[in-house]
Amino acid sequence: MVKKDVTVDKLKELAKQLRKDIIQTTVWAGSGHVGGAMSAADYLVALYFKYLNINPKDCNKPDRDRFILSKGHSAVGYIPCLSLRGYFEKDKLKTFNHFMSPFGMHPDSLKVPGCDCSTGSLGHGLSIGVGLCLGAKLQKQTYKTVVMLGDGECCEGSVYEAMMAAKHYKLDNLIAIVDRNGLMIDGRTEDVMSLEPFADKWRAFGWNVIEVSDGNDMQQVCDSLDQAWNNDTSLPTAIIAKTVKGKGVSYMEDDVKWHYGAIDSEKAEIAYADIEKL
Amino acid sequence: MAEKKSTTGTTWNCYDANTMSAREIYGRVLREMAKTNDKIVGVTADLEKSTNIGIFGKEFPDRMFNVGIAEQNLFGVAAGLAKSGLIPFASTFAVFACLRGGEQVRTDICYQNLPVKIIATHAGISFGQAGSTHHCTEDLAIMKSFPNMTVIVPADGAETGRAVEACMDIDGPVYIRVGRGFEPPFHHDQNFNFEIGKGEIVHEGSDCTIITCGIGVLQSVIAAKELKNVDGLSVRVINMHTIKPIDKDIIVQAVKETRRIITIEEHNTIGGLGDSVAAVIAESGKGCAFTKIGLQDEFSMVGYPEDLYSHYKLDSNGIAETVREIMGKEFEEDEDWEDEV
Ligand SMILES: Cc1ncc(C[n+]2csc(CCOP(=O)(O)OP(=O)(O)O)c2C)c(N)n1
Repeated sequence: MVKKDVTVDKLKELAKQLRKDIIQTTVWAGSGHVGGAMSAADYLVALYFKYLNINPKDCNKPDRDRFILSKGHSAVGYIPCLSLRGYFEKDKLKTFNHFMSPFGMHPDSLKVPGCDCSTGSLGHGLSIGVGLCLGAKLQKQTYKTVVMLGDGECCEGSVYEAMMAAKHYKLDNLIAIVDRNGLMIDGRTEDVMSLEPFADKWRAFGWNVIEVSDGNDMQQVCDSLDQAWNNDTSLPTAIIAKTVKGKGVSYMEDDVKWHYGAIDSEKAEIAYADIEKL
Repeated sequence: MAEKKSTTGTTWNCYDANTMSAREIYGRVLREMAKTNDKIVGVTADLEKSTNIGIFGKEFPDRMFNVGIAEQNLFGVAAGLAKSGLIPFASTFAVFACLRGGEQVRTDICYQNLPVKIIATHAGISFGQAGSTHHCTEDLAIMKSFPNMTVIVPADGAETGRAVEACMDIDGPVYIRVGRGFEPPFHHDQNFNFEIGKGEIVHEGSDCTIITCGIGVLQSVIAAKELKNVDGLSVRVINMHTIKPIDKDIIVQAVKETRRIITIEEHNTIGGLGDSVAAVIAESGKGCAFTKIGLQDEFSMVGYPEDLYSHYKLDSNGIAETVREIMGKEFEEDEDWEDEV
């Protein structure tokens, strides 16, 4: 059930908090894929605090909406988000990346409370999402499955195999969100392996496509999710959201160097101050 | 078939074995080789920087192809480049080379016996914090099961440089497994023997033999020295850098002379170096005490590599402990050894 009473302003505050938690967790972890976590933060917060039908006290409730972080390297955004949502105490994030921790660079569904799917190898999530949606329909369950992908991830052929199947099986219970921050590891997507015309690719595969010009603007994020939740077509929905990698931190924004990095205390202070100004 | 070149004792001025990671040395040696061999091309899947094939790519941008995050395409493209007469070096993380692109490696590259050189980084548990999706403890099992494939696990950066050079002599596919970070080097200069398919005794001993590869080489030698000083044990260490074709003679000789064999590998104990050694021992018909150390058919944990190496007994302390255990193991005495060998 979408929580109608959660306001955009409230979500903005939570997104600020999540961004700070991402910085803090990266400091604890030693290093992390911080850029893609920051670009995805607004969608993560909106999903977990307003849209997804979930209950942190009952992680496995059968009718919960499912979320798959197909760009699993953004676990340093996702896992703090689960903590912020109340799945486990923030203190536990101190172990992130350390010996025997349940939390590493990529989320492990057997170890992270609230995590529906282990990911990290790119190009897997959408297929698993298709399977979940087929299973839900077969068993007359009404939950939705949301899959978040990276744009670089959409180089993987398996993504298109899943796109084809989702349309074929009319999976109107599937929502894909692409974090279109324009960067991968080796550079800009359009320089390394061009994706454009990107939204047209999804359309050509028969999806209901929602393009978002600023996926770090909470109002636009919520508008797109409202639209996706009210999908009255028999098609799967794709939200293609333009975002900024490293969003919120001056020295990280749109800089490919911050795909993965370490943050010392000085850099952390600058980051906190920048985030505060958002 | 390319003419065999001597690959022993080459000196490259392009790297420092004591301060550079194996992947950096790989990139530098490849760049140097490419200066005199214009058939060499590079292919990667958004890991130009991470695997360091980009060091070659920077110097030869026209000969470097980045296919985006698409490993199946990567190995298919590499096969095509090879068919056009070039010698592709293909680099990605080990887990994606053997699993995501595995069928392309088998069917497009190995089946057609194409000279694609796969230099796979971040292998084993060397990318500790990344967890099981990025660890790779299956690649040796997979790659060695592909006909035509040669499988090499260099002990360190300098040996990686040597392997990258030597793989040019093989007229077919080669898989070279490299870690992620800067592991303390085993070789401090370039003055050592390296021949594909020939194991090397790097520490003499007669009580027990450790057969290992990769990071296990340095750690085993450290353990062997400690065992000599503390326990008075004489432990042989064999650097089995080539997993396939495996050097049978050096294994049978070790069985005969030491009667206790331990294998150490940063890999599942199913299907890797240990099983290759076990098969050689079984075929020899000779009994010995035998232990395989590695990941015991489990998915690896998250943690910094040094913590993980210690947990899985892949560091010198763990190796010494294993040696002490095997010294207490029974095996059937065989008086007739000479008759049969
Ligand atoms: C199959 C696979 N190949 C390669 C990688 C290594 N890798 C991790 S993140 C990344 C870049 C991802 O780019 P993108 O999907 O755009 O994510 P974002 O920019 O949002 O972080 C790559 C190549 C991987 N995790 N999985």
